[in-house]
Amino acid sequence: MKHVMRILAAGAIVAALSVGAPGGAAYAAEKVKVGFVYVGPVGDHGWTYEHEQGRLAVEKAFGDEVETTYVENVSEGPDAARVIQQLARKNDIIFTTSFGFMNPTLKVAKRFPKVKFEHATGFKRADNVSTYSARFYEGRYVIGLIAGKVTKTNTIGYIASFPIPEVVRGINAAYFAAKSVNPAVKFKIVWVNTWFDPGKEADAARALIDQGADVLMQHTDSPAAMQISEEKGILAFGQASDMIKFGPNAQLTSIIDNWGPYYVARVKAVMDGTWESQDTWDGFAPGMVEMSAFSKRIPEDVRAMATKARDDIAAGKLHPFTGPINKQDGSPWLAAGETASDGDLVGMNFYIEGVEGSLPK
Amino acid sequence: MIRLEPRNEVSKALLYVTPVIAIGVTILAGVVMFAILGKDPVRAISLIFLEPLTDSFALSEMIVKATPLILIAIGLSFGFRAGVWNIGAEGQFTVGALAGGAVALALYEVEGFWVLPLMCLAGVLGGMAWAAIPAFLRTRFNANEILVSLMLTYVAVLLLSVLVYGPLKDPDGMNFPESRMFHPAATVPILIEETRAHIGFLVALAAAAVAWVVLGRHVFGYQVKVMGQSPRAAGFGGFVENRVVWMCLMISGGLAGLAGLFEAAGPVGQLVPALPVGYGFTAIIVTFLGRLNPIGIVLAGFVMALTYIGGETAQIEMNLPSAVTGVFQGMFLFSLLGIDVLTRYRIRMFRSPRPGRTAPLAARTVPVAARTGGE
Amino acid sequence: MELFFLILQAIIIAPIPLIFVAIGELVVERSGVLNLGLEGMMILGAIAGFSVTLDSGSFVVGIAAAALAGALAAGIFGVLTQVLMSNQVATGLALTIFGLGLSALWGQGYSGESTAPLAKIHIFLLSDIPIVGPLLFVHDPLVYLAFALVAGVAWFLTRTRAGLILRAVGENHDAAHAIGYNVVAVRMAALVFGGACAGIGGAYLSTVQTPFWVENMTAGRGWIALAIVVFASWRPGRLLVGAYLFGGVTVAQLHVQGFGIDIDAQYLSMLPYLVTILVLVLISHNKARSHLNAPACLGKPFFASA
Repeated sequence: MKHVMRILAAGAIVAALSVGAPGGAAYAAEKVKVGFVYVGPVGDHGWTYEHEQGRLAVEKAFGDEVETTYVENVSEGPDAARVIQQLARKNDIIFTTSFGFMNPTLKVAKRFPKVKFEHATGFKRADNVSTYSARFYEGRYVIGLIAGKVTKTNTIGYIASFPIPEVVRGINAAYFAAKSVNPAVKFKIVWVNTWFDPGKEADAARALIDQGADVLMQHTDSPAAMQISEEKGILAFGQASDMIKFGPNAQLTSIIDNWGPYYVARVKAVMDGTWESQDTWDGFAPGMVEMSAFSKRIPEDVRAMATKARDDIAAGKLHPFTGPINKQDGSPWLAAGETASDGDLVGMNFYIEGVEGSLPK
Repeated sequence: MIRLEPRNEVSKALLYVTPVIAIGVTILAGVVMFAILGKDPVRAISLIFLEPLTDSFALSEMIVKATPLILIAIGLSFGFRAGVWNIGAEGQFTVGALAGGAVALALYEVEGFWVLPLMCLAGVLGGMAWAAIPAFLRTRFNANEILVSLMLTYVAVLLLSVLVYGPLKDPDGMNFPESRMFHPAATVPILIEETRAHIGFLVALAAAAVAWVVLGRHVFGYQVKVMGQSPRAAGFGGFVENRVVWMCLMISGGLAGLAGLFEAAGPVGQLVPALPVGYGFTAIIVTFLGRLNPIGIVLAGFVMALTYIGGETAQIEMNLPSAVTGVFQGMFLFSLLGIDVLTRYRIRMFRSPRPGRTAPLAARTVPVAARTGGE
Repeated sequence: MELFFLILQAIIIAPIPLIFVAIGELVVERSGVLNLGLEGMMILGAIAGFSVTLDSGSFVVGIAAAALAGALAAGIFGVLTQVLMSNQVATGLALTIFGLGLSALWGQGYSGESTAPLAKIHIFLLSDIPIVGPLLFVHDPLVYLAFALVAGVAWFLTRTRAGLILRAVGENHDAAHAIGYNVVAVRMAALVFGGACAGIGGAYLSTVQTPFWVENMTAGRGWIALAIVVFASWRPGRLLVGAYLFGGVTVAQLHVQGFGIDIDAQYLSMLPYLVTILVLVLISHNKARSHLNAPACLGKPFFASA
């Protein structure tokens, strides 16, 4: 039955098949073609914006030797596989820059064994599919230290998007760091259930400020919370990109995603024929995560402490999650001196001891 | 003075000519837009309208994209004829996917020819259940179904999100909000090898054929038409009216739910929070572009799919921002909808100003056009 | 107690964009037209308001530009549906697609910009007046404009001849036409007004609430405004109730979380929609009375044969 239908349908479309062989490949054999799939618009000034900066870095590094293409606003639903496949027909390497592109990337990669794929933030790999992500929690640890020191109300507001491991890790890292320098500190966490809704992020920021937070952290993508902090005269940390324009007084520092060096390295590997499937999870050390300039409003000694923490993490001397750390329910997680394994961190779905509220399920 | 004069019958010839005129107008407007943006207009327009038609992959993807649009639009066309305004097909789509997907996950690794039909049934029932809420609230409490169905769309999308973060989460998925990939026995068979076009397309065509027969020959089709024209004049009792409301919402909800299940078990292969991408809303446009006619809807579904696929092609080939294709799509829809007037009205030239004021109660509602309305 | 005060203050401002958009649509629907393109008009107003405020340096010019952009978009809708007799539901959805696309195109040079200094329009404000209840008298002028519009529309619909004509057109366009009113002109005027309001609502978001531009920043608020109109059963007073119910629940759920009360945010997010349905059921279950509210010709095409 299935077979019959296939034949029927194939017959119906056979004319089309004969008309258009995919154009692709090899008219300018020298150029390496690089495709990018973005989940948001390049002008979002957050997640996608930083990937776009990475693409521009590739163009800058290789000039005429590369040709890059991007498709923006690709939803993580049924359209993703099509866009990836359209790009796969014409490109040598493709970066799919959102978690939801994981399974579509693998599906398409199977069909195009010669094309290299790079999927951001996922955990499934194949011979021609690498994964890469950044250890943003290292940055969150540093801002946690600063927040713990600069808060006067001992109340830090945290605007969170969705309870995925990435976000939970960030909350834990920031809380752990803040608590280590200020035992009285409390985190107020508000889940807005969106990565991007400036109005709602602004409302959340106002609510947290009204409840006494004098320092805001966000794990959402728009600069709305930064603007509100500026307006209300409190302090805040930026997310994904430098938000200093939106909070010239408010911004203490921003955690910046810097994908450029990685993209350049991977495109270079394709050029040299040395590309291999791998899993990359980099932080401060190679500069995949960066902090924007520390604000003058951070006291000198705190700045020094934060700088040292950043450098120690980069040098491998300090791990943001170093025991003893208990889970929220009091059960032990890390023994004294023990550091968290990547395995634990990747799928993190629990708060550490002291964080209030329960993780949305 | 130019005036419109209604035709006694829809012009058959113009039914086919107007879309061509609309494409012409869109191309003209597109040339202007692309020229202003400094992009090659000829290349851009041929990439959008022609390229996908000459490429087997793009054609197969048009089938993928048109399948849910046609399925949902066929369902909606009943209600829209009868004045039952289900604009929450997106929610029914989502709940259908959720119900069918939950069955797939519950029966993970169960082999059996009956798994997929069971999922389809769950999808249909899920969509129906979601549509039953506005049906019940309208027939029992007189609540406006436009609003109820629209509100429920947001609830459905949140529900999907809650469930894939929770009970339906992939146990080996590192806590990311996605279900497992469905087992092969729980995926929709592919229609054409090496593509994503699946047998849901045949189901959509079958639905169109059934709709064509029902609307033309069945007493329910007649009731739908009469109720659409004037429920009270037709001497309907509340009983018949309620039955039509229920039937229309069940049909559209069921088909939207099935479309959702096909998306989950077809092109996507799992439940993800981003599964609803607006097919339920786009299908409303498809329904009207197809003039509420099953054959028209099938064609309109493909036209709509073409603009999406072509828009993507243009983005990739010319590095156009996605915004450009949105504008172009909007202009295309405007001209299709606007120029359609010619099928129902003639343009007449008059010398004298019209004698409007002295006319008796001569204004009339359009015979062919669908009516819109809250109550 | 002070916190309660602050929460109330936040609630007062939160639904202002919704009030602008909804009051415009209310007039449109009272004239018998259903324009589902609110999101499209709103987002065009957002980019027009932001870009013109930034370029001209004048907030007033920016808001005027936003109103104009919304009105022009509504004009397209009006020509298509009133003159060319296209279907209103489909045309409204097309307008949304068009508006989202055009605004994104228009805004390409404006991402990453901020009008923060200009957005602080305290010059116009009564903010310098001490005490007099920061609750009611420390807002930007647009807040007052929103309330004035609601009051004005209520007065216009019930107390003026023009309002009477508008309602007559919405209730029975055939009869209105027979008496000699120009149905199409009345509806076009209502649409243009509605578009201008939607544009200002969008601009409030992009120049006051979160003064920057990003694509799709209205994030579905146009649809919520639509819901509020029906929720209000086409009455301006109830529209305020609806807007504040919606805005209040949204703000309150953020605060509840801040207090650390264990409640799942995703279920909370469903609440406004469910409450709207519930209220709708309550106000419409009396069939005879609810028929008094809905404009009888809502969404029906009108054609005047000579």
